[in-house]
Amino acid sequence: MNVPAAWYLVLAAVLFGIGAYGLLTRRSAIIMFMCVELMLNAVNLTFVTFARTLSDIGGQASVFFVMVVAAAEVTVGLGIVVAVFRRRHSTSVDELTEMKG
Amino acid sequence: MTATAYALPSILVFVTAALLIVVGALGVLAVRNPVHAALSLILTLFGVAVAFIAQSADFLAAVQVIVYAGAIVVLFLFVIMFLGVGRSRHDHVEPLVGQRPLAALGVAVTVGGIIALLASSHWVTGATSVSGSSLATGTGNVRQLGTAVFTTYLYAFEATAALLVIAVVGAVVLARRERVTEEAE
Repeated sequence: MNVPAAWYLVLAAVLFGIGAYGLLTRRSAIIMFMCVELMLNAVNLTFVTFARTLSDIGGQASVFFVMVVAAAEVTVGLGIVVAVFRRRHSTSVDELTEMKG
Repeated sequence: MTATAYALPSILVFVTAALLIVVGALGVLAVRNPVHAALSLILTLFGVAVAFIAQSADFLAAVQVIVYAGAIVVLFLFVIMFLGVGRSRHDHVEPLVGQRPLAALGVAVTVGGIIALLASSHWVTGATSVSGSSLATGTGNVRQLGTAVFTTYLYAFEATAALLVIAVVGAVVLARRERVTEEAE
């Protein structure tokens, strides 16, 4: 018998928390993107766990689409990081203050 | 949710996946060098792939390794090396007073709330196995997932195709803009 779904859900919650803490505290845009990936993976793990619990393939299909969106997000996000770095020679998000009110 | 005897292999697989995931995620946070952070991210992604296989999501585990660990982390590493971003100099300064304690508090409340919800819910989830058949493994998993994606979720699948085209065009535009302005000057 497989381990209960709650174990995986708690693991996913912990992973989400670690990613959220990193996103809130780190300054480098690249590290922040990595933390977003951690949070997305936590949600994917939750989807797969519920797909197993409910015997419904829809959860796994959702993970499929989340992966596609994550790939697109990383592509555009890292393109923006490169464009900002060419102008500022830094990837720190603290230095992007032009839109401050 | 009583403590029945679970099979030892499944417990070992879970512990392995949990160790890989948590150690890798903490490594992303703790390591100063972005290249090492990307390598820690690979560790976490492999751990998630192990957890996928343990829960009969074989195709997604393969995609996880190929797309995430293969393509996305390589893209991260490529950008890190392309920009020559060394050790981050900005993480020890703290422009916002009390940001780290507040972030830790918010995260603790969120995770604690999720775990409390898990502990207090009665797992009445209603319609189990809407599709009628249980999840298969191996090629059966690929067949089930392919059937779902190309029938039930066909519009979402077509939308992701458009999304990927938009992302590629956007990345090309972002990469080309600087050169065009230099030529204009």
